[in-house]
Amino acid sequence: MNRLLVSLAMWLPLAAHAALNVFACEPEWAALAAEIGGADVRVYSATTGLQDPHRIEARPSLIAQMRRADLVVCSGADLEAGWLPVLLSESNNPKVQPGRAGHVEAARFVHLLDRPAALDRAQGDVHAAGNPHIHTDPRNLARVGATLAARMSELDPARAAAHQARWQAFSARWTAAIAGWEARAAPLKGLPVAVQHKSFSYLIAWLGMRELATLEPKPGIDPSVSHLARVAAQLDATPPRAVLRAAYQSPRPADWLAQRLGVPALALPYTVGGNARANDLFGLFDDTLDQLLKAAP
Amino acid sequence: MIRSTVLAAALTAAFPAFADADLDALRAELKDMRAAYEARIAALEARIEQAGARPAAPPAPPADAAPAGNRFNPDISLILQGRYAHLDNIEARRIEGFLPAGHGAAAARGFSIDGTELILSANIDPYFRGQTILALFDEEVEIEEAWVQTTSLGHGVSVKGGRFRSGLGYQNEKHPHAWDFADSSLMYRALFGEGYGNDGVQLKWLAPTELFVELGAEAGRGANFPGSDRNANGAGATTLFGHLGGDVGTSHSWRAGVSYLHAKASEREGELEDALGADIDTLFSGKSATWVADFVWKWAPDGNARERNFSFATEYFRRTERGTLCEHDAVNEGCAAASEDAYRARQSGYYAQAVYQFMPRWRTGYRYDRLNPGAVDFGMNPLNFPAVDHKPTRHSLMLDYSPSEFSRLRLQYSKDRSMESQNENQWFVQYIHSLGSHGAHKF
Repeated sequence: MNRLLVSLAMWLPLAAHAALNVFACEPEWAALAAEIGGADVRVYSATTGLQDPHRIEARPSLIAQMRRADLVVCSGADLEAGWLPVLLSESNNPKVQPGRAGHVEAARFVHLLDRPAALDRAQGDVHAAGNPHIHTDPRNLARVGATLAARMSELDPARAAAHQARWQAFSARWTAAIAGWEARAAPLKGLPVAVQHKSFSYLIAWLGMRELATLEPKPGIDPSVSHLARVAAQLDATPPRAVLRAAYQSPRPADWLAQRLGVPALALPYTVGGNARANDLFGLFDDTLDQLLKAAP
Repeated sequence: MIRSTVLAAALTAAFPAFADADLDALRAELKDMRAAYEARIAALEARIEQAGARPAAPPAPPADAAPAGNRFNPDISLILQGRYAHLDNIEARRIEGFLPAGHGAAAARGFSIDGTELILSANIDPYFRGQTILALFDEEVEIEEAWVQTTSLGHGVSVKGGRFRSGLGYQNEKHPHAWDFADSSLMYRALFGEGYGNDGVQLKWLAPTELFVELGAEAGRGANFPGSDRNANGAGATTLFGHLGGDVGTSHSWRAGVSYLHAKASEREGELEDALGADIDTLFSGKSATWVADFVWKWAPDGNARERNFSFATEYFRRTERGTLCEHDAVNEGCAAASEDAYRARQSGYYAQAVYQFMPRWRTGYRYDRLNPGAVDFGMNPLNFPAVDHKPTRHSLMLDYSPSEFSRLRLQYSKDRSMESQNENQWFVQYIHSLGSHGAHKF
């Protein structure tokens, strides 16, 4: 009996910690959190690779998941402006409010591109802080990963060593993978492409490709046929090698333009789960590069 | 953990009579703990080293570059709404068999602007957030909402105080700019005029389960219909509500709920038509109890609502009112002599609506309203109110076009039979535009 009590007293502080609940707004952060947290975290992804993260309903299921979360990780930079504020306020969960340890806004830890010079809605659905699609550059995932690992260790000190160990292991694999991708992507340097939405600005900047045109007349506004015709006319002189879109976006505009210009339309996975091969972060970039390399000269 | 190590060490010292096996077990456990600690310290040291060796800290987020003075301002949105309505010339619009629930009954014909809404919201401090919604009319500002809510209580609990839209039902918390149709459902018009608001407090609790379970209770002044302003302490109206919700696969989501509103009325003003067709101003004193059941189901292919999506919503109510009714004597401010007797009404109704976005920017929707005035018992009231057996119904069909998330244009046709003598074709052309910060929308 005494022994039992002693064991209980000894293990109580450890046993009191259940696995950390991580709520990720997008699949890429869910995948990253799962790499770092392993079996010590329960990760919930609010969206899938086939959903447009700009347009998500603040569904009851999401509110219930946020209520249980110990850590929320989202792209930020207003990507989730249409739904995340509702989830945060309806969840009655103080731990994950902005500014608390349980809230990670990924965009705050990387350098943002496409920051608008002037803020005016006449320019479409502009993001004041800059382009939020930061994860399309794998180096940004590493930056956010370092923060995530530190936060997980802070929130779950009992498993800090395990989180850090997994993070170090992942970081090493990731750095090696980035070097491999960069070597493979050499032919992509200077590759001219057109994009449907500015979803791939970071990918394009990383690999040194050239973005010739955006199909959307303004961010977040679907292109009309007449606008596409103008884009096509503009691109006739200097055609891109491919037209890129994210898997979740409608195929029609990209396919139409690609056919008109006689170049391939590529449905890049954009995030984890965007297609069958992109079943983890490594697969995401493997598939993205394979698709792009097919379009390269 | 230090605590338990010390405890274990103390216990080891205090009980030398322990069997060797026990001691060994303890030693093994201590060793494990020491190993865990050492691993953690090593990891922390590695982190410190790494932080020192890092070439440069990631650049500060550009968002922080904005001047701080401006960033403490609340989020502001302004809703601009206006419409063109083609309506019959009906002098006293009402819903047959129902006591009027205040505003919303008189609809302007031709061009008009609807209430312009100004919404301000912000975190107040680490403990509260606040929001106010003002509706601006000519020579009038109506405070639709002005509340503060706790943000740091934890355990899924929040307390809201001030003037707020009640959490009952589904449509109730939605302001006109968030409606799927140009006008309110007949049910909400009969129940509350537009939506039920109250000055008071609200307690909400969200269960820590995967299934969305939300329970709420409210107590407040109860000055709005079906209650009335009273010169009294205590709560004039109380509300209880519960909502459940979840997903079915990735494409479907739902929410369902039951709500109950109890309100006290004291000389609540109204208007009824007597047997001769004359409008009689009435006063009702008594109790009003309303049950509301709501159900919402939404669908989008793979949960991606951008291209196509569908939503279905329905609400059903049952209201019981018991008390006395008399003719309003405007001169003496009270009941006219010998006009008072018992009033008992048991009324019900529902609406059901479906909205389908068939391509980006374009949505179409259909709504059906039906009310049942029930059997109203006027006792032996000498005013001679006739029995009403007309069941108000309305069919509405709408088509809207949203050039962006911030603007919407809508065309609506309604076949309105709210009154027995009415069989009206209504046409609305409406615009709803929002300026300023991005208002996130509820489910």
